[in-house]
Amino acid sequence: MLELIKQPWPWYFSGFMILIIMLLLVFWGKSFGFSSNLRTLCTIAGAGKKVKFFNFDWKAQRWNLLFLVGAVIGGFISSHYLSDPEDLKLSAATISDLQKIGISFKGGINPDELFSVASLKEPKVILILLFGGILVGFGSRYAGGCTSGHAISGLSNLQLPSLIAVIGFFIGGLVMTFLIMPYLF
Amino acid sequence: MKALKFILAGVLFGIIMTKSEAISWFRIQEMFRFQSFHMYGIIGTAVTLGIIAVFLIKKLKLKSSEGQQITFQHKEKTFYRYIIGGTIFGLGWALTGACPGPMFVNVGYGYLAMLIVIIGALAGTYIYGIIKDKLPH
Repeated sequence: MLELIKQPWPWYFSGFMILIIMLLLVFWGKSFGFSSNLRTLCTIAGAGKKVKFFNFDWKAQRWNLLFLVGAVIGGFISSHYLSDPEDLKLSAATISDLQKIGISFKGGINPDELFSVASLKEPKVILILLFGGILVGFGSRYAGGCTSGHAISGLSNLQLPSLIAVIGFFIGGLVMTFLIMPYLF
Repeated sequence: MKALKFILAGVLFGIIMTKSEAISWFRIQEMFRFQSFHMYGIIGTAVTLGIIAVFLIKKLKLKSSEGQQITFQHKEKTFYRYIIGGTIFGLGWALTGACPGPMFVNVGYGYLAMLIVIIGALAGTYIYGIIKDKLPH
């Protein structure tokens, strides 16, 4: 059983399990949307004193912060007890395309050029990570949700606004991948 | 006990995100380059089954564990916030390979550099809070 869990999960099982998470939260009277936590964290840090948007009763979102804590623990458990020694089965086309823009694939889940501790000596890398994070944080709040809130919860409820947001996700993702990233690294 | 169930759901979410490889920067690049079905399969399965599940929950008027009838939020029907906000989100998603959930799962996994992305995401959220009234929604 543990051996089966340790292998990378096929897409259909992964998709099914994400639905289980959404349904668990729905049956507990909540809704699946992770990026709300970013707003809650700003509020806890005291942003509500200066900016009205953060002046709300964050205690109603306490469950979501607990979910966030669990997500961190889940990542830890996965890397320490459930990891798979095999390389990620990345497509050969992606490997060769990324090589052309200076990102090498060594079998791990994230590239060393961006996420290794050594690469953080480069101010450029820190700026890329920081700026990328700002885009994600700003964009998800502006759009009113991220992948979980729009692509999963919203589309499941046939919300047209969520479809527009997901189309936006792809416009942005394609522009970054094909028009901006080739000149970044 | 009530707190524990949300933590456990989060743990399960973290494991799902890792084992599905949805927390991988490489997988997100592969998706935006249309070079693998993997991520489309994951999201497609979740949404297809999700549509059926939400339909049945509404049809059967199922109740939550607290005894109230389950309702689903309707998103306000505007255009600009979704297309512009979504596009900005997508730019960051492709660059960092992480949407908000996977950022935190990655930190637990051991990619501490992702903390910088999280600091950025908090800053981005804060900036939105400041200028929100000046933006088209």
